[in-house]
Formats: sequence, structure tokens, C-alpha cells
Amino acid sequence: MLSFIRKLAINDKIRDGLLPNRAMENAEDILKVKNQKELISKDETELKESIYDLLRTIKDPEKPQTLEQLDVVYEDCINIQEATPGGITVIRVEFNPTVPHCSLATLIGLCIRVKLERHLLAIFKLDIYIKQGAHSTEQEINKQINDKERIAAAMENPNLRELVEKCIKEEE
Amino acid sequence: MGLLELQQNLVGHKGRVWNVCWHPSGESIASCGEDKTIRIWTHDKSKWVIKTILTEAHTRTIREVSWSPCGNYIASASFDATVAIWDQKSGQFECNTTLEGHENEVKSVSWSVCGNYLATCSRDKSVWVWGMGVDEYECEDVINAHTQDVKKVKWHPDKLILASASYDDTVKIFDMEQHTNHWICASSLVSHTSTVWSLSFDRTGDRLVTCSDDKTLKIWQEYKPGNEVGIPTPDNEPIWKCVCTLSGYHSRTIYDVDWCKKTGLIVTACGDDIIRVFREEGDSDIHQPTFSLVCSMDNAHTQDVNCSQWNPCIPGLIVSASDDGTVKVWTYSD
Repeated sequence: MLSFIRKLAINDKIRDGLLPNRAMENAEDILKVKNQKELISKDETELKESIYDLLRTIKDPEKPQTLEQLDVVYEDCINIQEATPGGITVIRVEFNPTVPHCSLATLIGLCIRVKLERHLLAIFKLDIYIKQGAHSTEQEINKQINDKERIAAAMENPNLRELVEKCIKEEE
Repeated sequence: MGLLELQQNLVGHKGRVWNVCWHPSGESIASCGEDKTIRIWTHDKSKWVIKTILTEAHTRTIREVSWSPCGNYIASASFDATVAIWDQKSGQFECNTTLEGHENEVKSVSWSVCGNYLATCSRDKSVWVWGMGVDEYECEDVINAHTQDVKKVKWHPDKLILASASYDDTVKIFDMEQHTNHWICASSLVSHTSTVWSLSFDRTGDRLVTCSDDKTLKIWQEYKPGNEVGIPTPDNEPIWKCVCTLSGYHSRTIYDVDWCKKTGLIVTACGDDIIRVFREEGDSDIHQPTFSLVCSMDNAHTQDVNCSQWNPCIPGLIVSASDDGTVKVWTYSD
């Protein structure tokens, strides 16, 4: 388990390092990605556990507790869906806002997406949904937190970005 | 089945590349993205090389770039709520005009075929039409027809007709009312069940293809008053009907679609990293057309494909842009 998280962390660094010229990948990098894929198919449960470990420590935007403490996220909230035709893993995360009219549900969705996208490799696709029936404007929020253009623009808004960073900061 | 071959991988952008646009001559490519730069690539002997990097006009992501029909201007739309107009009067591209007015992210910009109008759209739900004077742009109209973000604007290939696609799941067609010079919504195309991300007219402009978060492509046909098949046209206005839905081909959001004006082929950019090419069947009935998937390029990119565009002059040449930070040039052959 620990070793898997460490692998994710290492890969995160690799990903950052490759950003400017990712096409320059050498055989070794490709091998790493391949190994990563094998590792995942070998143990879906382990993947779910590591995702959950990233989610549970996200702090609620206005309460002192974490999403786990508030039961916004729970172990069953992560599902591995059918892969894309190209074999890319599709992760579905569901969350349960504390109250049905929670005004911060969009922000929580944003935190979940940003944290996972930062810490998971690019070979994942991510869908985030509110637990069915848990919010009065569930469909609107689902649409918003899965629109990558809106997410990208939101993260360029300094105030919003600061809020998200605060919620997803890992305590050392 | 057709074949899609990678001609070249253009590396240079840092982070997500949102959009690419061919120069009208087909000899250059402009690309833009998260790194707030516009990169211009040209074909030099046998390969594509970076020619210029345009910076400093925008403070946030550049969402779309569009080359003017004459090829002398580039318009760029940014999340910083502005549109920059670049000209090359000094010999190289410089930004000398900034169009301000939208309240927030500008998502798309398009030149009319005559080059006299520019259309822009934004998360503020409006579509703006700008008129071009002598190096001056004036807002001619603000169209508030959509109820949500407007994702894409595109002009008709030869008429002053404008189409827009929106987060409100609809596509709208606008034309100018002669006596008032106001742009009015002539048609609302309702059928998609989620955000419509992009659209493209066919060569004639009588047909449209749209792509959506609902993972389908839809083909729309315009029926003019007095059409031979007897489709009613209320108020003597043309209407657009969905004549074909292509579902089951795409596994995630379709971010872009382009209908080749030369070959009639349709190319799509999808969130499942795949570039797909569709061809209309030879015996296809225009009122009930059939299209088949002729090519599906798995892992065309290593992340979402955001944009795919046919070269306007060379049949079969495609350029694509992706979240993986690359721009790729492809050759399609039957």
C-alpha cells in the first residue's frame, strides 16, 4: 500500500518533469507507464485505496473537519468503470454533500478533481458525481464539476484557487 | 477502413493545448493553450518547424485562435475575458487591438468569410458580433439568446449566418435583420442532451455537424421555405432539422468536430484520446443520411483530444491538439 502511494508520488514528479516536452519520452519512461498499467490491473482494490487516501484528508471548505470525518467521502465512493477503448482506466468518484442544499458542493467537487488530477498519472479519466438524491441541484452540479473548461477557468481565478489549495493541502 | 498516420508531433507548449487553426493557405498552423502563448508553425521543406511564439497579450489561458480569411490577422480568445487581434503590418505578428466587453472567459472567436465581422462568445452567455472598420473594431450587437455558457461560435462558409453551441445543450443560428442591423436567433437546434462543445458547417453551409458531452454527433439539415420535401417552415423562416445521430462510437465527451470542405469527411476530437474519421455513405439520402466510421486512432494522444481540424487546402491532412501538451499533424488516407 505504502509503496503504491510512493509510486504515485514518484510518477507525479516524472509527470511534472515531462510536461514541457513529453513527446521526448524515452524507452524507460514508456516502460514505467506500462508497468504502472500492469500494476493497476493487478490490483484494483489497491488503486481504490490509494485514491481514498488522497480524498479522505481533503478539508471541508468551511468546517475544521476532513471530508472523511463529515462522511462526504467514504470507501465505497470510488468505482473503477469500464476502461476507454484505448485501455485507459476510468475512475468514478461519488460524494455526499453534508446538506441537500450545500452551497459548497461545487467547491468540494473541484477539490476532489484537482487533488486527484495532481496526484494520479495521466492515464486515468475521472468522473465526479454527487451521490444520487443527496443534493437539490444535483444534475447542475454534476455537469459543472465534469466540465473541464469550467474547471480550468475556475483554477485560474486566484480566490478560488486559494480556497482549493487550502482544502487539499497535505499536513506533513 | 481508412488509415491515419502521424506525420509529426509538434512539441513546445507547456501544459494543455486547447486549440489549433490552419492558415487559410494551409501552410501554417497556429496553436494556443494553458501556457498563454500562441505558437505559429510553418512547413519548411519536409517538416513543421516553430516560427514564432506570441506572448504577453493575455493573462490567462488562451482558449482559441482563429486566422482571418486573408491570413493577415489572428484573433485569440482568452479566459482573461479579452480577445486580442494580431496583425503583421510591422513584418511580424503584433497585438495592436484588444477587444473588451465580455464579463468573463471568452471561449471562441470566429471571422466571417468576408473578413468584415468577428463573432465571440463567453461564459457570460452572450455572443458578440464585432464589425471591422479601418483597423477598428466596433461591437455591432450583443446577442443574449443562450441560457448558459456559449462554447463555440462559427460562421457559415459563405453567408452572413452565425452558429453558436452552448452549455445549455442547444445550437442557435443567427442572421442579421436587414432593417435594424440586429442579429436575431433564426433557429434553435434542440436535440442534444448535454453541452454542445463544437460544430462545423459542410461545404455548402446547408448542413451542420455538432458534437456534445452526450457522446453523440448530430447532423442537421436546413430546410428553406418552399422546400421540395414539404417540411413546414413557420414564419417563412428556414428551419434546421436533426437528420442523423451518430451514437455508440465515442466513449467520452466529444470536444471538437470538423467537416472537411474538400472531401466531405468528418473528424472528431474526443475525451477518450481517440481521433475518429467518419464518411458519408455513397448512397446516402440527404434527408436521412448515413455515415460510417472509417478510422479510429486509439491513443492518438496520451490525454483528451481538444481539437481536430482538416487542412483547408490539402485533402486528408489533419492537425490535432491535446491536454498532453502536444500538437500533432496526421495524414488520412482511404
